[in-house]
Amino acid sequence: MGGTSQGASRSAAVHRGAPHRGHDHPKAGHKHHKSKHKHHHRHKGKRPHTLAARAVALPTAPARPPAPSSAPVASLGAPLSTAGAQRLLWRAGFGPRPGEAEGLAGQPLQQVVYGLTRPSGEAVLNGPAPRNEEGKPLDPAHTWGDDHCWWLDRMVRSDQPLVERMTFIWHDWFANSNEQVDSAQLMLDQNQMFREQALGSFYDLFLAVTSNPAMLVFLDGIENEKGDSNENYAREMMELFSLGADRGAYTEDDVREMGRALTGWQAEWSSEGGMHNFHYDPSKHDEGQKTVFGQTGNWDWEDAVGMCVAHPLHPSFFVTKLWGYFIPTQPDEATLASLQGIYTSSGFSIRAVVEAILQHPDFYEGPELVTPPVVYNAGLLRAIGRYIDTTAWAWLSSGAGQQLFYPPNVSGWEFSRWLDTSTVRARWELANYVVANTYPNPWPAEGEPEYDPTETAAQALASALAYWGQPPLSSESQQCIAQFAQSCLPADIAEWEQSSYRAIRQNALRMLIATSPDMQVS
Amino acid sequence: MSGCSCNDFNRAQLLRRGVAVAGKGLPAIEPGMPLPAGTGMDRRSFLLRTAGAVVSVYGASMLGARHFEEGIAQAAAASPNQPVLVSIFMEGGWDALSVLAPVKEARYRELRPALALPEGSGEPFGEDPDLMWHPQAQGLATLHGEGKVTVFPAVGYDPPDESHFTSRHYWEVGQLDTNARSGWIGRFLDATGEPNNPLQGLSLDYSLAPALATEKMPVAAVSSPTDYNMWAYGFDEPIAGPAMEAFGQLGALGAPSPAYAQARGAAWDTSIVLKEMAPFVGPEGKPTYTAPVPYPKDGGEFAGRLEALAAMLAAGLPIKCASLTGIGTYDTHSDEPTTLSTNLGQTVESVVAFQRDLEARKLDDRVIVQLWSEFGRHPQENGSGTDHGAAGVAFLIGTQVAGTMIGEFPGLAKLDENENLVNTSDFRAMYCSLLEQWFQTEAGLVIPEAASFERPTLLKA
Repeated sequence: MGGTSQGASRSAAVHRGAPHRGHDHPKAGHKHHKSKHKHHHRHKGKRPHTLAARAVALPTAPARPPAPSSAPVASLGAPLSTAGAQRLLWRAGFGPRPGEAEGLAGQPLQQVVYGLTRPSGEAVLNGPAPRNEEGKPLDPAHTWGDDHCWWLDRMVRSDQPLVERMTFIWHDWFANSNEQVDSAQLMLDQNQMFREQALGSFYDLFLAVTSNPAMLVFLDGIENEKGDSNENYAREMMELFSLGADRGAYTEDDVREMGRALTGWQAEWSSEGGMHNFHYDPSKHDEGQKTVFGQTGNWDWEDAVGMCVAHPLHPSFFVTKLWGYFIPTQPDEATLASLQGIYTSSGFSIRAVVEAILQHPDFYEGPELVTPPVVYNAGLLRAIGRYIDTTAWAWLSSGAGQQLFYPPNVSGWEFSRWLDTSTVRARWELANYVVANTYPNPWPAEGEPEYDPTETAAQALASALAYWGQPPLSSESQQCIAQFAQSCLPADIAEWEQSSYRAIRQNALRMLIATSPDMQVS
Repeated sequence: MSGCSCNDFNRAQLLRRGVAVAGKGLPAIEPGMPLPAGTGMDRRSFLLRTAGAVVSVYGASMLGARHFEEGIAQAAAASPNQPVLVSIFMEGGWDALSVLAPVKEARYRELRPALALPEGSGEPFGEDPDLMWHPQAQGLATLHGEGKVTVFPAVGYDPPDESHFTSRHYWEVGQLDTNARSGWIGRFLDATGEPNNPLQGLSLDYSLAPALATEKMPVAAVSSPTDYNMWAYGFDEPIAGPAMEAFGQLGALGAPSPAYAQARGAAWDTSIVLKEMAPFVGPEGKPTYTAPVPYPKDGGEFAGRLEALAAMLAAGLPIKCASLTGIGTYDTHSDEPTTLSTNLGQTVESVVAFQRDLEARKLDDRVIVQLWSEFGRHPQENGSGTDHGAAGVAFLIGTQVAGTMIGEFPGLAKLDENENLVNTSDFRAMYCSLLEQWFQTEAGLVIPEAASFERPTLLKA
């Protein structure tokens, strides 16, 4: 709770601007018009920790973390197995293409991980460009749902999947919704910023986020001015972005003072251009003394970011939160110490921490994670080699609990409880859409091919598994599905039903595999 | 881009409605799809027929479901008159000083030069002459006059937390612990629920409400009861029934990890809810039931969900606790008058219709509706809105509630150290009384340190 006192962290306050990286202030010379367009910030509330029926706990940073350590972090060491490659491709990308995991198996782990974390040059998008159901190109800045599908396409096609996955993580970490921002273009610009900084320095990323137009709208940065301060961003930058609640990292006074430090960002609004001309106006900045984390000075927005990342409780928050996107269990004490060491000694390098996480034994040997709806959708499309040829994915994914650019609130999606009786039904609907272009028609017209009227149950199951690129089902699940394939045809089928019923069986098998509990986790 | 997108909820509702409509327009969205040749049907009727067929045969052929069906039938038969709690969350922190405005206090006008409601613009609150109902809360005023609303004019906890997430979380888990993971209703269901009745805790929402999160008992989320079906392309009898049986069986297999357990449990619950919702699913998602009273036309999916809930209770579904989210958001940092009036008016009108529906169906003695929000707002306005505050207002609505105020309105003369309204009742005391007086359940099984809270009298003698 925010009111907790915290002598220890106060005494460990930082110097002005530290860590200083010489960021320029944006030009502040533009004429300011007070916006008539008052945006609300309204994050739909959400709990700070996870809740679920049959709950999946997610890692949280302890209030008293171990000190950063230079001891090396544990690594799996062994070459990648097929199962390990499958998990890596699902968690650090968007699922394997057929044969992809098998192709990586046996290779040295570090080499495979570096292949993901150290891409060179611009990403290449392999395959046909996205289009809507009328065959027209997408218009992500202007058409509802096209933004979602534009990004989903990159997830399906990019040869730098981890960059897209990290972009996806930052979208959740610094969750802004277009429902409040009300400008798909500002959301797309933010998305590109996340992509460019996906694996760079978190400090640079945090600075970019703090001055990002979509964020300035979403958390009222442009409503926050001298004498009329708005604490919205100040609170969330500490609670959600860098330090965490209930750890004694900051007080309510720190929130208020931080809000004053962040004053000065402005924008204009016009009916034709919407929000534009985001700029820093020194005359709107509170030049008075502010005391944050026990340190007094005339702090500004860059100092605010610097003080957060230099806070002694920031590294443990950062590495634990990032770890939680890849591994569902708590990092042990030694790992937490080493990851913090990697982070602080590398100058807040995201890449360095991700490389350690992706090689950690817990990643490969620990329990499953539930796959987020968008990743599930992209993975199914990749498995069958389908590309974006409809924009239905936007509402289908929304029903399953995740529409890109529309997170539920500023703390992002609830990764601990993706699956319930509403979202499971929605995943079924989504999977049904994935197969919609390629399912065998049980009732073909004259001249259309008939489904094989002699296919055995075993052949049917093999065919359905091949359709999805041989996904790894648990033996119990595979047995259950095989039992269905074996027993589902009535004993006495008329001659004319032999083909139709087998086609229906094939369709049922594909749906059962895609919606099986096994396919919801990796 | 519109000049004012302040009514974001309308847009969200519209989009969601678009989603629902698009869901029914599936065949049109896939132009490449082959027609179901040889069936003599157009695709639409074919798909609808298929969906109906799946649902109708699914329960009959599903061995696994039989156990649940029996469980649900038993649950329904065992306590046909069991009490029901309907928890409605007013998201974002509604402004208590507008919902029940202290219009007689001079300080009110000082703190709210722009936002103060004029005296006489709403009905006076009978239990405290200083207070006035917001004009858009007239329906609550009417029900209060009938003795069917218990008012908590300043409910909260100490020390108050001004974070949406933290404060909402406290209310959801029924304790001041950010690490608690089961909801207070979830723990009630864990303590008293049945292992084979996912409908005992029903979120009428796109996902499960955190307050209903259990550790072991099954619970359910249904966004639109009239649309709850599962069909697939090229999927029909006599294979579809066994396939849905297998779908449920996959949910009953062993789970080596919490994630697996969630995936399996959700599949299992889904197969059961599918069966239980079938009687409410009509052609093209149209309801199979008719409410005996009108619901507001602008109540959107919220009103529709309440209408469905009344029908489900009337049909005897063993629902113990249901949860919904009210219309719109109340995080009114700016443009408060418009946003609050719209959202409050539509929500209250829907809730009143629900009460009248229950009365017409003679179910009103069985149901209490709880209206709550994570906090009230800061007494000092910021110009066009209000920032986060502390104590807020909550209501319990129903024929059985005592209808007398719990805790007084503390007044604005003495605020807390952050210049916020002080609380005169604790939400955990409300929960303890609900558990003991309404559900006849020992509060200590659900609420930590239950003995330390008062037990306000919630029900009529």
